[in-house]
Amino acid sequence: MTEPRTLFRKIWDAHLVRAETAEAPAVLYVDLHLVHEVTSPQAFTQLRERGLRVRRPDRTVATMDHSTPTLPRMPGGGFPVSDAQAAAQLAQLEANCREFGIPLFALGSEKQGIVHVIGPERGLTQPGMTIVCGDSHTSTHGAFGALAFGIGTSEVGHVLATQCLLQSRPRTMEVRVDGRLRPGVTAKDVILAIIAKIGIGGGTGHVFEYTGEAIRALGMEERMTICNMSIEGGARAGLVAPDDATFEYLAGREFAPTGAAWDAAVAEWRRLPGDEAAEYDASVALDASALTPMITYGTNPGMGIPIDGAVPEPAAAADASQRAALEKALRYMDLQPGQPLIGKPVDVVFIGSCTNSRVSDLRAAAEVMRGRRVAEGVRMLVVPGSQEVKRQAEAEGLDRVFREAGAEWREAGCSMCIAMNGDQISAGEYAVSTSNRNFEGRQGKGGRTFLASPLTAAATAVRGAITDPRTLLG
Amino acid sequence: MEPIIRFTSSLVVLPAENVDTDQIIPARFLKVTDKAGLGESLFADWRYGPDGTPDPEFVLNRPEARGAEVLVAGHNFGCGSSREHAPWALRGYGFRAVVSTYFADIFRNNALKNGLLPVRVDGEAHARLLRLAAEPGARVTVDLESQTLTLPDGTEARFPIEPFAKHCLLNGLDELGFLLAEEERIAEYESTHPARVRTVAPGAR
Repeated sequence: MTEPRTLFRKIWDAHLVRAETAEAPAVLYVDLHLVHEVTSPQAFTQLRERGLRVRRPDRTVATMDHSTPTLPRMPGGGFPVSDAQAAAQLAQLEANCREFGIPLFALGSEKQGIVHVIGPERGLTQPGMTIVCGDSHTSTHGAFGALAFGIGTSEVGHVLATQCLLQSRPRTMEVRVDGRLRPGVTAKDVILAIIAKIGIGGGTGHVFEYTGEAIRALGMEERMTICNMSIEGGARAGLVAPDDATFEYLAGREFAPTGAAWDAAVAEWRRLPGDEAAEYDASVALDASALTPMITYGTNPGMGIPIDGAVPEPAAAADASQRAALEKALRYMDLQPGQPLIGKPVDVVFIGSCTNSRVSDLRAAAEVMRGRRVAEGVRMLVVPGSQEVKRQAEAEGLDRVFREAGAEWREAGCSMCIAMNGDQISAGEYAVSTSNRNFEGRQGKGGRTFLASPLTAAATAVRGAITDPRTLLG
Repeated sequence: MEPIIRFTSSLVVLPAENVDTDQIIPARFLKVTDKAGLGESLFADWRYGPDGTPDPEFVLNRPEARGAEVLVAGHNFGCGSSREHAPWALRGYGFRAVVSTYFADIFRNNALKNGLLPVRVDGEAHARLLRLAAEPGARVTVDLESQTLTLPDGTEARFPIEPFAKHCLLNGLDELGFLLAEEERIAEYESTHPARVRTVAPGAR
């Protein structure tokens, strides 16, 4: 009789090439390595310098997303890449993938898109796997009951060369969300509420396991939104136990098993959820039915409030350091303590990013936008997460809803979330964004970001000022 | 990698908590394919004014910051992205250690692989260090072997570090060699754990 184990622990144990000892970390096997242009060039250089090959190109896949243009191809067929440096980086990825035999979904490929959107979409992301990528939002894939986390470029090199990582086992934290979400309250609001509660360092050293009735009731794309922002709570990974919704999502996707292999896989996946008696190192609980739409007011994702709330008073902060942080954030955002956010005019609305760029996100935004216009003076960008999402949205006529409202409908990529590709806000501007980070300058130097759900973003675009989406929903 | 054993240095204090990787090195500087020159862009948005000239008020631009190899910052230093450009920029500038009450996980992992020592001290030692750092000529000594940070007043604070990372830093080793030496075990693992997903068909290259 083995001791009861969490979902995380089952996956961890199943991937130990060598167990952790007092002197050395574990050697952990990686099932799937996702690669993109920004965090990989120096890793390939290291391979070349040491005369190493990529051990398992067949467990590796690359895409272009961070510095890619979201404007359509130019008349000559070329891509309007923002600058020579970005173009060189994209060309470098192409050359690296060719040299080392790694499949690449390059610009122009019908499979191109944000790395955390295409993994699940192609059925590459599966329960029980270990998945890594040189990107902190790799936690997204945890929605499928996979152990997925971001790594640095040195570790990208380790995985390319050996398909393994040296890792110390993290602790576990149960994040339990009971109750039912009310209309107009979404997965994005749940994760913003969790981070507001525990703080952006609250999950440091831990892996989250999301449990509870409210999590079980979410669709896969909503679970991805929640797991995506685990890192914003300080946790490298966040997992949801796989269930019928997971299997239904995966069935028939390009890389998902078929026939007898599918049946065997599902039988195995059903054994993954944590044992009843398994214990977590820490836990936190939230009541979904008490939640409202959330929005951030400050310069980290933990600075979030219910949308009908007011900007906190630094004077009420727990200690001097927190007070200083809050004052600094409000200075940057040019907001006053006690000020309500509803009605605050904005310049830009961005719907996109690995957090909220999937077709259900676009449907939600379109539901608000249908028959309405983007307010005068507001620029709205809608950026699908992948070419596949773009095709699906267009098949449903969602692009027309956005275009007719006056929004810009773009090609797939990270776009204004990280502002590396020319899509950015200007100094002093305010944006409501469905992305994951509101750090100073994240969406453009001097720009100010309010993080919110696609519903809130769309409602804000229509009114030209921060709006509770429930006032615009039938 | 240059080994870290023991060194004494002046310090720079950046009192903010939750210093995120977008502040350490903004994303627009990530369009590089090597590691060179990132030190110039360290804390770019805080360090330089809109016209690109150094902001004399920012800590790194003050005369006493010159030559400092130790950065002292508030809790949760390095939160945010996985960009290893953050420790590359800190090392490129000349820092060899960052002192905080805790570090974000991915940043800490990345720092350890680049000869940048994350020195985690308790709140009391941190507060004392902040007070003492205000004195002109304040210096600290970092001793990795004994895992101690000696404050300007001679008091010592212990800091934790995993034995393996310590071994690598003391000897200037990188981890890849250890993983490559596990070839036999890795091959054995692969033979007993067939892949569920193959991104390229067998034999196709």
